Amino acid sequence: MARLNLWRWGVLGLAGLYFLLPLAASVVFTVDVPGQGITFDAYTRIVSTDGFTSSLLLSLELAAATIAVVLLLMVPAMVALRLGAPRLRPVVEVVCSLPLVVPPIAFVAGLGTVLKWGPEHLSRTPLFQTFVAIQNPDFPVVLVLAYVVMALPFVYRALDAGLRAVDVRTLVEAARSCGAGWPQALVRAVLPNLRGALLNASFLTLALVLGEFTVAQLLGFRPFAVWIVNVSGSQAQLSVAVSVLSLLVTWVLLLALAGVGGRTRTTSRG
Amino acid sequence: MTATAVRADTVSAAAPRRRRRSLGWIAVVPLLAFTALAFGLPALAMLDGAFTVKDPATGATAYTADNLTASLRGAYLTALLGSVKLSAVSAALGALLGLPLAQAVVTSRFPALRQAVLTASGVLANFGGVPLAFAFVATLGNAGVLTRHLGLTDKGWDLYSFWGLVIVYLYFLIPLMVLTITPALEGLRTQWREAAQNNGATPAQYWRHVALPVLLPSLLGGLVLLFGSAFAAYATAAAMVGSSIPLVTLQIADAISGNVLVGQENVALALSLDMVLVAGLVMAVYLPLQRRSARWLA
Repeated sequence: MARLNLWRWGVLGLAGLYFLLPLAASVVFTVDVPGQGITFDAYTRIVSTDGFTSSLLLSLELAAATIAVVLLLMVPAMVALRLGAPRLRPVVEVVCSLPLVVPPIAFVAGLGTVLKWGPEHLSRTPLFQTFVAIQNPDFPVVLVLAYVVMALPFVYRALDAGLRAVDVRTLVEAARSCGAGWPQALVRAVLPNLRGALLNASFLTLALVLGEFTVAQLLGFRPFAVWIVNVSGSQAQLSVAVSVLSLLVTWVLLLALAGVGGRTRTTSRG
Repeated sequence: MTATAVRADTVSAAAPRRRRRSLGWIAVVPLLAFTALAFGLPALAMLDGAFTVKDPATGATAYTADNLTASLRGAYLTALLGSVKLSAVSAALGALLGLPLAQAVVTSRFPALRQAVLTASGVLANFGGVPLAFAFVATLGNAGVLTRHLGLTDKGWDLYSFWGLVIVYLYFLIPLMVLTITPALEGLRTQWREAAQNNGATPAQYWRHVALPVLLPSLLGGLVLLFGSAFAAYATAAAMVGSSIPLVTLQIADAISGNVLVGQENVALALSLDMVLVAGLVMAVYLPLQRRSARWLA
């Protein structure tokens, strides 16, 4: 038994060293600048740095839009699968897993090709205006479309786990026999029981959108992650400081969520 | 369990079934329509572009396999093989190192530690990307803290090398392995170990004849998933600029943005198709393995 404990603490200790060392070293890197001594300049400068507020705001707006769209699409569909269309279930499962087969870089290559059709083939049609509108740099709708697709696997798993724990059919039938209409039964009986799963799905999507780099960079937009990379060339300390903060904030948010949700676990990609 | 309940119910009440099914269709249609537009259209565009060649002089297009053959030659082939090699090595290491960590976490008596490790794994495995790259640049890069204080550069250390990237990739691959293998480890029942012990098995025999065969599908599945994840990674490698390692994701990005040669967009699409084929192969291996392991863990 003692040997087993020793072994376990050895493994945990080594893992802790490997996983905490880069974070600790990053903090040292931002605080202990060669030639300047100890300074918290990198952290105090973050907010006033050009582009920080606008890129973070853009990312948060994109995240809010993505969460709204993905939940509006997925929640009714997933509830309906439980209630009345079980035969569609494999279809939805495959559709929601497809984004895992297409890596983000391949997806954005295809997306870029579609966006180029606008100027090339459709410039005389009303569709052209749509192409221009969804690429508005102030709020690129096309990124929301891409992020919703990329979030589908995570949201599917979170909602599926939540629905597994709830007897949707009985809930709806109880609500209906008490005189509730369909919308009322869904909003007041089913959704409150899915609170944990909805929160989980929302936070996973938030983390995904805040950290997303590939699609945004290759389509030429400038949300948070792209800004971090752009600013790293001139201000290395600052970019590392922001990186460490964003990793820690995501972790704490998801940890708090796990605490609130009780036994809900973070989903793996598996 | 739910499926049988639904079936029993639909047999006994045919009329409500019809009404509910129509409602079900209506609720699923927006999701399917959305994915057809936002995912299907780009996927088809990629497929179409990968097989299309445009004559720069006349502007005429023709369907050929030239792009695909070009994507499997020269620098592109080197990049593809480089990606495969990097993914294979880091996936194998990640699986080897992730298994003992997951076992240590699962058998730990502190629920808080478990929860913290699993949540941190979720964050690192899925959302590392750019921040992760910068943390490593600050630690082990040319001006990194450890590099400076330990004088690693004189000892031949270079973060922007094959093994440097492996070390960085392990930072999100080990957590992914922990997430994938934890359910399987939790499914190993104490009764199985006790039964083996009662029959006189040593711990080594228990692992060899009971635990490993049950874990094997999950282990292989995890390995395959790690490979796919490392293969698809772009942000980490791209943010660590100065990488001299040829990777297929970096090549695609260069070709899309026209950094190397103009008119390589369709080769980029063919390379993307190569990646999708590899990722599809990964899933084709992974899903049956996962189903097999789920049988034991029900």
